[in-house]
Parts: sequence; C-alpha cells; structure tokens
Amino acid sequence: MKKTREVLRIVVVGHVDHGKSTVIGRLLCDTKSLPDGAVEKVKRISKESGKPFEFAYLLDAFEEEQKQGITIDTTQLQFKTDKRDYVIIDAPGHKEFLKNMVSGAASAEAALLIVDAEEGIQEQSKRHGYILSLLGIEKINVVVSKMDLIDYSEEKFNTIKKDIKEFFSSLDMSVSEFIPVSGFLGENIAAKSDKMPWYKGGSVLDALDKFETEKGLYDKELRLPIQDVYKFDNRRIITGRIESGSLKAGDEILIAPTNKVTRVKTIEHWSELDKTDRAYAGMSIGITLEDEFFNKRGEIICHKTNLPLIGDILDVNLFWLGKETLNKSKKYKLKLLTQEVECEVLAISKIIDASNLETIENRDVIKTNDVAEVSIKTSHKICFDTFSQNPNTGRFVLVDGYTVAGGGIVKGIKEKQKAFSRFMKDGTKMSVSCFEDYFYMVGEGTIKLAANNVRDYDVGEVIAIKGETYSYPENFNIIDLHSGYAAKVRGAELKDIIEIDTLEFDYFPSVNVKGAYIKLYSQKDLDDFKQDYEAMDTGDHNKLAEFANKWLVFVRYRTIKYR
Amino acid sequence: MDHIKRLEAQSIYILREAYRKFGKLGMLWSIGKDSTVLLWLAKKAFFGHCPFPFIHVDTSYQIPEMIAFRDKTAEEYKFDLIVHKNEEALKKGMGPEKGRLVCCKALKTEGLSQVTEKYGFEGLILGIRRDEEGSRSKERVFSIRNRDSEWDYTNQPPELWDQFNTDFPKGYHIRIHPILHWDEIDIWEYIKRENIPLVDLYFAKNGRRYRSLGCAPCTGTFESTATTIQEIIDELKNTKESERSGRAQDQEDSYAMQKLRKDGYM
Repeated sequence: MKKTREVLRIVVVGHVDHGKSTVIGRLLCDTKSLPDGAVEKVKRISKESGKPFEFAYLLDAFEEEQKQGITIDTTQLQFKTDKRDYVIIDAPGHKEFLKNMVSGAASAEAALLIVDAEEGIQEQSKRHGYILSLLGIEKINVVVSKMDLIDYSEEKFNTIKKDIKEFFSSLDMSVSEFIPVSGFLGENIAAKSDKMPWYKGGSVLDALDKFETEKGLYDKELRLPIQDVYKFDNRRIITGRIESGSLKAGDEILIAPTNKVTRVKTIEHWSELDKTDRAYAGMSIGITLEDEFFNKRGEIICHKTNLPLIGDILDVNLFWLGKETLNKSKKYKLKLLTQEVECEVLAISKIIDASNLETIENRDVIKTNDVAEVSIKTSHKICFDTFSQNPNTGRFVLVDGYTVAGGGIVKGIKEKQKAFSRFMKDGTKMSVSCFEDYFYMVGEGTIKLAANNVRDYDVGEVIAIKGETYSYPENFNIIDLHSGYAAKVRGAELKDIIEIDTLEFDYFPSVNVKGAYIKLYSQKDLDDFKQDYEAMDTGDHNKLAEFANKWLVFVRYRTIKYR
Repeated sequence: MDHIKRLEAQSIYILREAYRKFGKLGMLWSIGKDSTVLLWLAKKAFFGHCPFPFIHVDTSYQIPEMIAFRDKTAEEYKFDLIVHKNEEALKKGMGPEKGRLVCCKALKTEGLSQVTEKYGFEGLILGIRRDEEGSRSKERVFSIRNRDSEWDYTNQPPELWDQFNTDFPKGYHIRIHPILHWDEIDIWEYIKRENIPLVDLYFAKNGRRYRSLGCAPCTGTFESTATTIQEIIDELKNTKESERSGRAQDQEDSYAMQKLRKDGYM
C-alpha cells in the first residue's frame, strides 16, 4: 500500500516588488509543476501587451494584476519535491492588499519572506514579519532576491541578513535559513547556484525540505466545538471538528461552559469506510451522547480533567484590516471557534506601527492595518485557550457589519472585574457608573445593565453628558456617599473632586454615582440625605430601597430603552 | 490522518457551516466529477441525508450521457433536483455559434442567476477548485455575490482560520466552495478510495476520453488509454496538459474565465 504523501503549506510574503511572484514562478517552472498551457499563455499575454516575459504572470491571473504588474489577491499553487508536496501561497506585498496577505498567510504552516537585495528590509517586510508572528507561524526562511543586481555580493547580503535578524529577534522570533537567490535567472531556487561560492547553504528547495511538519495537535487536550446538532432521523447527532486531542466512544466528557457531564455513546458514520470508535484532531465527526441535554452550537466538548478558560474579558493581540477604524464605543461580532458573540473594545493598551514596531502614542482608535494590544469585553462568557497553549482555540476574528475586518490571538483572560469609569484628581479616584446604559430586554422581560463608555476622566476634561439612555445637564454634581466624594461638573467639564464634608448646597442638581437624581432643594436636604445614609444598615436591602425611594428619582436624567 | 482524509474533513466542515448559516441553500451539480464528489461529501456530512436541493443549470447542449447519468443518480440518491434552463434565451436560438462567451453567459451565468432569484437562494454550493484556472485560484471559500450575482474580485474580505464571511446584505448571496483546496488528482484518489459512481465519459473509449465535462459543442476529448481510475491517476501524474484545455470557452480570450466569473459564472 502506497503511503499518502505529506503536504506542507507555505506562504510567500514580502514588500511590494521584491520579487515574490518571480521566485514562485521560477520554483514552479524548475520543478516542472506547470501545465503546458501555462507558459504559453503567459508568453501570449506578454506579446499582446508588448512586455517582456515575466514569471509573475503565472500567478497574477487577474488582468489588472498583469497590466499593473502587482499581485492583488492570494493564489495557491502546488509543486512536489522528492520529500513531499507543497502548496505555495503567493501573498500580495502592496500595503493596500494586506487583508489578502493575511488571508493567504493564515492557512500556512511555514513562510518564505522575500527581501530585495538592493532595497533591503522595507516597511512591508517588517509588517509581514510581524503579522507572521501574530498568526503563530514560526517556520520562516528569508530569501534575499535579485542577487544578480548586486553582483552576488557577500558583503551586502550579510548586511541585509544582520538587519533582518535584529528585527526578528525584537519579535522573539528566529529565521531558519537565509538564502541568496536570483529568481529571474533561477540561481539558488531549485538547485544550488555556482555564482555564490561564499554561500555554504542549500537552495530554496533544500531549505523548504528541511522544515518539519507539526504533529502536536493530537497530543493536546480535547477541544471539540459543537458546530451543529442534527436530528434527520431517530439519532440526535452532535457534529463538529476536533480542534485538538482525541475522543473515543465511552469517554466521559464535559460540555463547557455549562459544565454538563455525560459520556460519548457512539461516533456516527454514513459510509462503512468511516466506521470507527476513535476520532482525532482535524476530523469532522458526529457523535451521540448518553444523556441528551439541550446542546447547542458554540459549546465545547472536552475531557473533565482539562478545561478551557471561560470569561468575558480577554487580553488580545489584534490586527485590524477593516475599511473603517476600530472604535471603542462600537459593537463588533467576535467569532472564536463556533462561538459568536457581540463584543467591544474595552481598553487599548498599545497601538503598534508594525513597520517599525514603535508604539503610536495618543491615539484612541485603531486604523486599517494597525496592530494593537487591547482588552475585549464580550456580551457573555465564552470558552477559549490562550494562543500559546493551543493555537486553534486561542484565535478569533472580528466582524464589522457584513465582513470579517480583523483577527487576533488571545494572550490571557482578565480576572472578573467590574469596569467603571473613573474621575481622577491628583491621587483621588472616584468610580462612577452614571455612563452605563440600562435596557429592557424584550426577550427576557428583565432590565439589564450594559457597562459601556468606560474610561477615565481627569479634572478639566469634557464629559460625555449625553448617551443612548441618559442626558445630564451641563452643570451638576455627582455625590457618592459610599466613597465620601463628590464631583462637580460645570459646562460639561469635570471641574473638581472634593470630599463630601466640604460640599455645600449650591442649587445645581445632583445625581448619585449611578446617575439617579437626588431630591435636594436646600442645605438641610443635603444634611438629612447624608445623615439618613449614615444611620442606615446598608446591608439591609429593604432599608436601602426605602432610602432610595425617599431620595432618588431614577428616570429624571435617565431612560430605559428596549433591546 | 492522511492528506485525502484531511481534505475530506475540511470540506465536510465547510458544508456543515453552509447548512448552519443559510436557510435557503442549494448545491450546484454539473454532473461532472467534482460536483459528484461534492454530492458524496454532502451525504457524509449529513449522515446519508441531503438537506438541500441540487441544481442543474441545463444548457440543453450537454453531452447526452451526462443527462442520462443525472436522471439515474437523482433517482438512486433520492434528492431534490432542480433542473433549470434559460428558456427565453434558448427560444431566441442561443447557441455557441453566437459566440462561445456570449453563449456561456446566457445559458450558464444567466441561467444560474435566474434559478437563484426564482428560489431566493442565499447560499449556493459549488464544486470549483483553485487549481483549475487563474481566477478560481484567487477565490475565497465563502465568496459574496451582489444582487446581480457579480463578483468584486478586487476587494475580497479576509478569510482566516475557517472563520468564513457568513453575513451579507439582503439580496446578495454567498457562493460556497467546499472543495476549493483539492486538486485534480486528489479528486480521482478520493473517487477511487470511496468508490464513487461516475459518468463513464471520463474513461477512454476507442482511444479517447474526456477530462473535463461541459457542453458537447465546446468540450473536446483527448487521446488516452485510461479505462480505470488508477490508469487515470497515473496518466494525470505524467501529463503537462492543463485540465481545462478541452474547454473551448477558456481559450476565447486571455481573461475569458475572469470575465465570465466576474459576472456570476460558476
């Protein structure tokens, strides 16, 4: 019986015009992987357009790509060596098409970064390098192209090599091999060149064959996200693809995040060929369970001994490819495994210019092609692993409107913490929740609090006094009996934070930290209000309600919207 | 897991995503080897059931054996089959003599557009592959089409980690390509392994066979002695001829397929 050959998927990335498509074209040509028609077609096109023959035309199939001499979208082609089969993914180098580069690279296991010998490392070389690290691609070879244009100079090659090494080590990544080539002339592509006797390594092809393919997913913890539940006949089949680990009939399993425990009854099949009682990472399977709970898409089947993280605040590294900027106040859809959940960016800790790895200061929105470290809050709890623990279950995409607009990897989970906006003056911090929204949930018949618009305000800053469900006057006070502070807002600006004992009745309306109006019409009211609070046992809910009904009017500046 | 098994698992995952995401879903079946493999994969994905209809865009010019195989298979597999012809164009005498690309556009592109609109399909599953030709190599697995079924290939959204674009404005539809990542030999290896019934036009008779099937006037045979699946695989491993070299419409123009596919061709 003939063993099926191994397949390795490689993405080819690099700055625009550094010769990616030429290197690939040459690789395909020299490994005799092109159908007869292909070269003829390219020759015909070259003739029609009056341009010299270019290997790049083999990949740049679109008319616009050939006429403009750029790659717009990613192409996948195949070639074989004695060792294994390769799928080669050509990714555009033009900044405008970064999203296509990411699409190509996301499905690859290894990468070739092409760097022009004349130009050296450029903006997109660095950005692509950084994105490879975010995508978790660790097998990287650097191909220094167009060596013929620098007379195969060892010195210049070494300078470029040093620059690239430095850049990658700042990302905690390393490059396997540096290969000097001429794609146009075919030097060091499929066979070792004699033009560079100083170079001791092998050709691009030799270097590719040295990569080892990953086998680690089988040995990891079981993660089987439920994709769908079928009831076409008398079987209730739970389907999904095993992302990592393995599963067998009879296994005790736990379904996260609801923590239902049961056993696998059968692994289902249609064709006799597929009959099995064991399944492994990568397989799309269907199982039946001993106890038929109400299971649904998005839940994750695992073994009891090794559970995923569950939470609603995630620390992530994100790359943004959307046409619109990514804003903190906006809602996005997050897709992680088969889970889909509404989310928003809670805090942006760092925006990085991927072309030089410098932090961009003083910016509160994430622009197209930015890379950032952010905290994301999901509308309800989801299951995941950190990317370093399990790449398949530690990555996600963000959907803006109708399209996938960004992606990222999970670095960690924030411990449960309630997010408040804060007013700050010198060392004083006053937490307020008057910018949160209340919604009447039509489906549930309950009122829910949505913690939005969370941010810190310093004295002197303008405050967002109007929101979706609240509208405060331009001049008002916020009184917090619990912390003992009061804030003065004047002209929609945070004017001051003072200790409550120094607050005097000043005829401006007052609200509590939750935004409810306080019925204060005189200094006496203010004194009584404080006294009532001090005299009260705040642990007694009845007393609290009595106090609130006496002093507070919730809907003066607030409303409750339906959702 | 070996290569073919991995391809199969990926395709099944895609089919299940499509079924989950689209209420109005249909699968195109051209009766050729690729969409017949797709049919088989659907049977696997849904444990012997076919929870959506199969659509054949009938140009009335197909090779007669294909139609016979279609009707026989539909009967055996017991699935919903929608056969659609662009009757209006046919009445006006549309045929390859009017120009190959004009004919393809009328009978296939427009035919497909009509059936999509008639049944209100939100998702169409198609058996195209990246290695067939250039514009297909640039496709996404989930690929959006506007109200006029047009493909905006210069502005495709990113597609990563099998998180597909499943949201779309009303009136648009999504083309789903579950075997985009297979190549021609993978298809034959799978047909062999699974023993999938196939129209016998692919096997050599009198020293010639078809490699890719389409309409009789525009599809050619080539010299071959391959009469078994294994012989076909061996032949393909040693050929440098392209798969679609027998398809006349591809040769009409350097960018023929790109132009056809931009307007909604499969």
